[in-house]
Amino acid sequence: MIRLINALLAIVGGVGAALLLFWILNKLVELLPTKWEERLKPWVFIGPAVVAIGFFLIYPAIRTFILSFANAQSTAWVGTENYTDLLGSSEFRNTLYNTLLWIAVVPAATVAIGLGVAVLADRLGPRSEKLSKSIIFLPMAISGVGQATIWRFIYEARPEGEPQIGLQNAVWTALGFDPVAWLQVSTLHFNSFLLMIILIWAQVGFSMVLLSAAVKGVPVDTLEAARIDGANERQIFFRVIVPQIWATVITVFITVLISVMKIFDVVYVMTNGNFNTDVIAVRFFNELFRNGNNGRASAIVVMLMIAVLPVIVYQVRHFRAEEAAR
Amino acid sequence: MTTTGTTPPPTPVPGEVKPRRAIPRREGGAAPGAGQANWVVRLALVVLCFLWIVPTLGIVITAFRSADAANTSGWWTVITSPLDFTQYTLSNYSQAWNEGMGNAFINSFAVTLPATVIPIMIAAFAAYAFTFMQFPFRDVLFVIIVALLVVPNQVALVPLLRIYGDVGLTGQFAAVYLAHIGFGMPLAVYILRNYMSTLPKAVIESAKIDGASHFKTFWRLIVPMSVPALASFAIFQFLWVWNDLLIALLFLGPGDKEVVTVTVAGLVGAQNQGWQLLTAGAIISMIVPVLVFVSLQRFFVRGLTAGSVKG
Repeated sequence: MIRLINALLAIVGGVGAALLLFWILNKLVELLPTKWEERLKPWVFIGPAVVAIGFFLIYPAIRTFILSFANAQSTAWVGTENYTDLLGSSEFRNTLYNTLLWIAVVPAATVAIGLGVAVLADRLGPRSEKLSKSIIFLPMAISGVGQATIWRFIYEARPEGEPQIGLQNAVWTALGFDPVAWLQVSTLHFNSFLLMIILIWAQVGFSMVLLSAAVKGVPVDTLEAARIDGANERQIFFRVIVPQIWATVITVFITVLISVMKIFDVVYVMTNGNFNTDVIAVRFFNELFRNGNNGRASAIVVMLMIAVLPVIVYQVRHFRAEEAAR
Repeated sequence: MTTTGTTPPPTPVPGEVKPRRAIPRREGGAAPGAGQANWVVRLALVVLCFLWIVPTLGIVITAFRSADAANTSGWWTVITSPLDFTQYTLSNYSQAWNEGMGNAFINSFAVTLPATVIPIMIAAFAAYAFTFMQFPFRDVLFVIIVALLVVPNQVALVPLLRIYGDVGLTGQFAAVYLAHIGFGMPLAVYILRNYMSTLPKAVIESAKIDGASHFKTFWRLIVPMSVPALASFAIFQFLWVWNDLLIALLFLGPGDKEVVTVTVAGLVGAQNQGWQLLTAGAIISMIVPVLVFVSLQRFFVRGLTAGSVKG
């Protein structure tokens, strides 16, 4: 109870303090001559937000870059040793390879399945469309930890002879095979793919909602024109609908791509990176928290940032183009 | 977006679909083929929905089964004997609640509520300035905010852990919610600014002519008009913070102040207590975000589509 009261106090205090700050700064600026008031007021309005972003994102990001050239306790410079050590170890190269596999599989699969559901559900009556979309959308509300719990139960393995309580092994043994500890099967990265299924399952709802809105936004007359010209349904889909929703496809792809690059909780809870399923964010956490190695953890983040850089460039360019069109 | 949490709520990326108001659209989602679904389409969707719901159904049913039943027979066996009431129980929930989940449940609120409410107003002020005021570096600053939307939070964690250690914040709720306020700020400013820029400029101009200050215009006009966008961000942020594991694990860790995601992750690791307890704990951890999500889905979807598919 005391905790909740403290939380409420934090809200009241936080909001109140921020309000008071805005109010006082605003009053102070109003005391100035009009010319200065006009000049300074925008900075009063954006000030606290800029300070928050500067303190919690920009300053730490620069610090992280610097720390990546220092040792584990950040007490001495080691040059590029963190990078060469990481890239020189086959274990870390495996981590990178796994992350690349995730990047190659998950965003594309999420877009494809989401688009499929959007187009199919579009043909249903309104009530069944809403119901089927809600079912597929729901996993989005569940935390990564919850998703991992749900799917660990599916992949659960019991020794041979005991009744299987995990769905996958129940089906597998019913087909006459011996039970398999699925999460430990690293042949051809099979267990990594089992983990990817979880993220796809969780993200298809997001992809479907955006793509469905885009598909519904395709003007009817373009479809009718194609139909009059004798196009069949497949041609209409690939040559008329897909080009018109391509921008949304890219948007969804990039959003899922970013969440894949920093995927942590699902892998952490399912395997903690064991059995050759490690990914970059789990490795980062273990370097920082388990090993207390600030240097290596920072170097991993810098590599992650380099990988994200093209997306940032795309994002900014795209935003500029959009603003220009406004 | 994020995503989620796992799903870290997704980061909306600015979309490219231009408003097409001049061109007639289909009304109310009626497709050219609406209602024309043949049995293949229906079957495909039924199969998909079945595949999507079954994993969740498994833990929901298991959480109501006795320890003995849950750990010695598959949850699907209840389908053949649904009326055998001896296999059902509510005690898993009370046991999970008393063994840490109840405590964590309250802790999650203590972290999530301040992290959701505090940034809204700070971001609203900033979004107002970005939309309605002229100042040097305005566009550069906003581009930086747009770029930060896709930057993973991990970039900040190493130095923050050290700063928090130095000032003694590690292990306090404030450590987590302050971090989330910072990490959520770019998205908040972005969503609100995009929404405010669609508000009629004439309203603001006339308020100015009437002699209203920016402060007054903001409070009396812009904030009330922006409620849908404020709600969209609040839902994103709530789900994101409640479902987050990484930041809670780093700055609060397991212990007296752990939040629900950390508790459930711990239960998964220590599985000796059985699936009935783990599933009940997982459901307690999910109930709030699922309720928020289901009841406020309208705002959530609007936020998603406004962030990425305009028009």
